[in-house]
Amino acid sequence: MSFLQIDHVTKYFPNPSGPGQVCIFRDATIKVEKGEFVTCIGHSGCGKSTLLNIIAGLETPSEGGIILNGREASGPGLDRMVVFQNFALMPWMTVFQNIALAVRSAYPDWSHEQVTTHVNKYIALVGLKGAEDKRPTALSGGMKQRVGLARAFSIEPKVLLLDEPFAQIDALTRGVIQEELIQMWNTSRNTVFMVTHDVDEAILLSDRILLMTNGPEARIAEMVHVSIARPRSRETIIEHPHYYKIRNHIIHFLVRHAKHETATSGPSTNGTPVIVNFEEESVVTH
Amino acid sequence: MAARSQGNPWYIAGFVLVVFLLSWHFFTLRSSFDQRGLSEEQLQMMEFNGDIVRAADGSYAWNPEKEKVKGIPGPLAVLEKAREELSEAFVKKGTNDHGIAYLVLYTVSRFAGGFLAASVIAIMLGVILGLNKVLFRAANPFIQIMKPISPLAWMPLLLYTVKDPKWTAVLVVFMAAVWPTLATTAFGVSSLRKEYLHVAAIVQLSWFQRLFKVILPGAAPTIVNGLRISFGSALVAVVPAEMLLGELGVGYLSWIEWNNLDIAGVIFAILVVGVVGVILDAGFNKLAGLVTYQE
Repeated sequence: MSFLQIDHVTKYFPNPSGPGQVCIFRDATIKVEKGEFVTCIGHSGCGKSTLLNIIAGLETPSEGGIILNGREASGPGLDRMVVFQNFALMPWMTVFQNIALAVRSAYPDWSHEQVTTHVNKYIALVGLKGAEDKRPTALSGGMKQRVGLARAFSIEPKVLLLDEPFAQIDALTRGVIQEELIQMWNTSRNTVFMVTHDVDEAILLSDRILLMTNGPEARIAEMVHVSIARPRSRETIIEHPHYYKIRNHIIHFLVRHAKHETATSGPSTNGTPVIVNFEEESVVTH
Repeated sequence: MAARSQGNPWYIAGFVLVVFLLSWHFFTLRSSFDQRGLSEEQLQMMEFNGDIVRAADGSYAWNPEKEKVKGIPGPLAVLEKAREELSEAFVKKGTNDHGIAYLVLYTVSRFAGGFLAASVIAIMLGVILGLNKVLFRAANPFIQIMKPISPLAWMPLLLYTVKDPKWTAVLVVFMAAVWPTLATTAFGVSSLRKEYLHVAAIVQLSWFQRLFKVILPGAAPTIVNGLRISFGSALVAVVPAEMLLGELGVGYLSWIEWNNLDIAGVIFAILVVGVVGVILDAGFNKLAGLVTYQE
């Protein structure tokens, strides 16, 4: 039994232009082991953010379900914390208050001092010491997402859900925060499910990358193992012989599916994704 | 551009005020009574009619009592009236003749009672409607019909039902203040960014915490805008409500001075209404600044 299991999840939305329903994605089945970092890549509209929201319990699946640690997880909870694309920091609260709101809920028995120490520890961890009493408006995009990460890590969730966390951050800062995320994850070893557009980011951070076809009726078509040993860094990872193999494979996939050749391109149409692993040379070439 | 924005605006405001007061003074200035060319008979007739009065030294002057209702009084007459009223600010001369401080107190408490009650009810209902899209759509036509009705239009009906002018005046203020706040609160809550509610759901806030830590502070800027509109219309409603109901207050003062044909008193009452409005508005802005935030 995997730690986090996304079990035959299908999502329909009401058809915006007419009667009936539109299938966003069908039969998504993903098994994530404890401490694993899994990323989902796909074009806009393939429903990957919807999938993440379903795991978070913020949306309900039309069919199927989420099993976390042997139990069905329905509805949002402190065991599945989301890092949002647009940060979702309350603008009327300071940095400290934003994190403390989550910490107080996660540890309701803690004293005021315990909460303060814990929050300050995580503020220091993301390098925002001195900005505790600032409001999000006074922070840059990168700093805002550092607060988002601190809030997420501070409640020590079983699963961390990253919803395009660095999409709104400028390219230079993005790299820095990605490495900070690696460091935090190295100590906490949460199970992570991430959704992104950024291929390099996915390779740098993930153990496995799921490739989704275009919506509607999107499927998880392929599962790419990132066969590059950790620890990784942005500088050294590009030297690795598998880096460009993986990168090119993913980009080819995305370009192919951008041309809407979804129906014919995938060799697997029976629902089970094709496994791509350059380490074992079980590569499916197209 | 930089040169244009220099200079103290208070100088300009002061200059305009001085020009206004001076022109007011000179346009309302009346020459003193000139008895040259009038026969003794004519003078006696005028004195008999009360147009002029005879002083101890035998000279005549315009009758000050009649002067009051001839044209618009000048600034000095208004100032004199103000000094007279303010010197007796805390004096109660009779059931309907209370000092100006009491009148202001009555108006402010009437206004505050109606406005606060309306705000509390409107915000509570607005949050409920804002969180439930179906209810919001169901209630919206009613709100839209009620909103443009002048609160004074309710007065006969309210007076007939509650049978007490005191409470009718408060209810008129209530009716003026309730709709704008209700509509904007519902709008503000329903357009609250979804992520805030998502965070609240993930960290498992109780509905009480959700309301006071996320929904109300998140919608606060919009709610305050609604309160500001309500505040203005309530302030506008309180003066005619007092006039029509005969309830003691600054609006009543303006009307009673008109009944006394004391035009300087009417102008003084208008100024008092303005000053009370400015003070209440400044207090409101101070409170509003505490709860709003920048996105």
